[in-house]
Amino acid sequence: MGEFLLVTIQVDLYDRLALALENDLINMVSKTEARGVLIDISAVSIVDSFMGRILGNIASMSKIMDAETVVVGMQPAVAITLVELGLTLTGVYTALDVEKGMELLRNKIGYQPKEEEDLYDDFI
Amino acid sequence: MKSETAAFLKKNKKRILEAWVQNQMSDSTLRDDLISNEELSKQSDDLLDTLLKAVGSGELNLESESFQGVTDILSELSITRARQGFSPRETSMFVMSLKKAFYSLLDAQYKDDPATLYQASVELNNLLDHMSIVTMETFIQGREEVILRQTDEMNEISTPVIRVWEGILALPIIGTLDSARTQIVMENLLQQIVETGSRIAILDISGVPTVDSLVAQHLIKTVSATRLMGAECIISGIRAEIAQTIVHLGIDLSNINTKASLASALKLAYSMLGIEVRRTERKTIF
Amino acid sequence: MMTLSKETLAIQREPDVIYFRNKAKEYAVKIGMSMVGQTKLITAASELVRNMLRYANGGNAILEIVIRNNVKGVRLTFTDKGPGIKDVKQAMQDGFSTGRSLGLGLPGAKRLSNEFDIKSEVGKGTTVTIIRWKNGL
Repeated sequence: MGEFLLVTIQVDLYDRLALALENDLINMVSKTEARGVLIDISAVSIVDSFMGRILGNIASMSKIMDAETVVVGMQPAVAITLVELGLTLTGVYTALDVEKGMELLRNKIGYQPKEEEDLYDDFI
Repeated sequence: MKSETAAFLKKNKKRILEAWVQNQMSDSTLRDDLISNEELSKQSDDLLDTLLKAVGSGELNLESESFQGVTDILSELSITRARQGFSPRETSMFVMSLKKAFYSLLDAQYKDDPATLYQASVELNNLLDHMSIVTMETFIQGREEVILRQTDEMNEISTPVIRVWEGILALPIIGTLDSARTQIVMENLLQQIVETGSRIAILDISGVPTVDSLVAQHLIKTVSATRLMGAECIISGIRAEIAQTIVHLGIDLSNINTKASLASALKLAYSMLGIEVRRTERKTIF
Repeated sequence: MMTLSKETLAIQREPDVIYFRNKAKEYAVKIGMSMVGQTKLITAASELVRNMLRYANGGNAILEIVIRNNVKGVRLTFTDKGPGIKDVKQAMQDGFSTGRSLGLGLPGAKRLSNEFDIKSEVGKGTTVTIIRWKNGL
């Protein structure tokens, strides 16, 4: 059974970096045959329409490769702003934190945790 | 103003003050329930003192530096009165009644010198009119501050977020849900979701009088923002007439969990979290 | 309306966007804007700066702290000498894009601002001005 990928975005990204993240992550999903992708954006203070589109793209692309994507830890101010902007990130699952995100992924793909969790941690 | 007129007024300060206080006390609008006679006399004395000193400087422009003390006292006084609940009329009477005191004194002194009397009257009239304007301006400002504070307080107390169960928050909304309220509700709710790590929020709208398309839009925004955070929203307290308006207005709430009562919303929340509530075998007190 | 402080930044490359956003946030914090207000402001700014880079190869961004009726606000003005917008009304509609974006840039920025103004002339360029007040919703 596949593993989960965990990406923690630790700085605000500009467009080219965001595109690079999309590219790297999708390659990683393909290489590791991961069944789930967790994107932790708790340190991100702004998600605009471009970043929103990247998140949506990652979810759709992963889905084609049979992996589910969960965005975790969105700040309240970011959530309110996204709604006002008109972006609701359809197709992307969300969770309050990494732990709840993992639980959600397990439920979605019927995955039973083994003794040892194998997590890829990508920091940007 | 002629310097001797100013000097004359200064010399007769006591008489002016007496007449002024007398005028105020005999006025039918005197609020002796809000302010004691001693305090009224003291306030009048303070203002008159500062005013006559300023007039003595030769200036008659209320915006000039010599009158800074006068405007300070006036502003302070009218703001305090606004907070204490004086009416605009009662507040403006304070300055208006000073006019009368000045005139009766000047009348008596300069009855044989109409030119001086006229000049002094016009000048004092202008000055006191400006003082009236300052009084009213600051009075209204004081009232506005009171209103703003009350609005803030109302918004604060009217949007409590209650933790009803581990992982479940409830938010009873009472009163009209306008844009400003929605913003506060949304911020409070999302902040609490983060702090308590709650996965379900129940928005109870039993206390919202009407739901029009704007209110519905506000509710939908709140639900969307909650979902982006990774929590789920249930809207409860939908009365029959609200259901009717929603459908008649063509508002689509099909993507949102809606329940008629808070109890059924709680039940749904339990089942979403896999919590089971049962009656025990033991004897209960009821 | 009065301007209390003013600064002009040139936007030429993508990383300038990050610097500009941080600057805008600094201004918002200085006047005591709420967290949500700050986030809305810099998100709107981000959309507008991206448009400037994408369609006009960059331009100038002016940051100002303004005051009106005793209330402070942050005003951002984006000026470019790009191709201009043929149909401003159409560009302000949700989902309209000449590029391959979601088409939320201009209308989204408008929704996130308290005041929004756009002037564009084909062949000359575009100027967008937004204001968020300290106590704005």
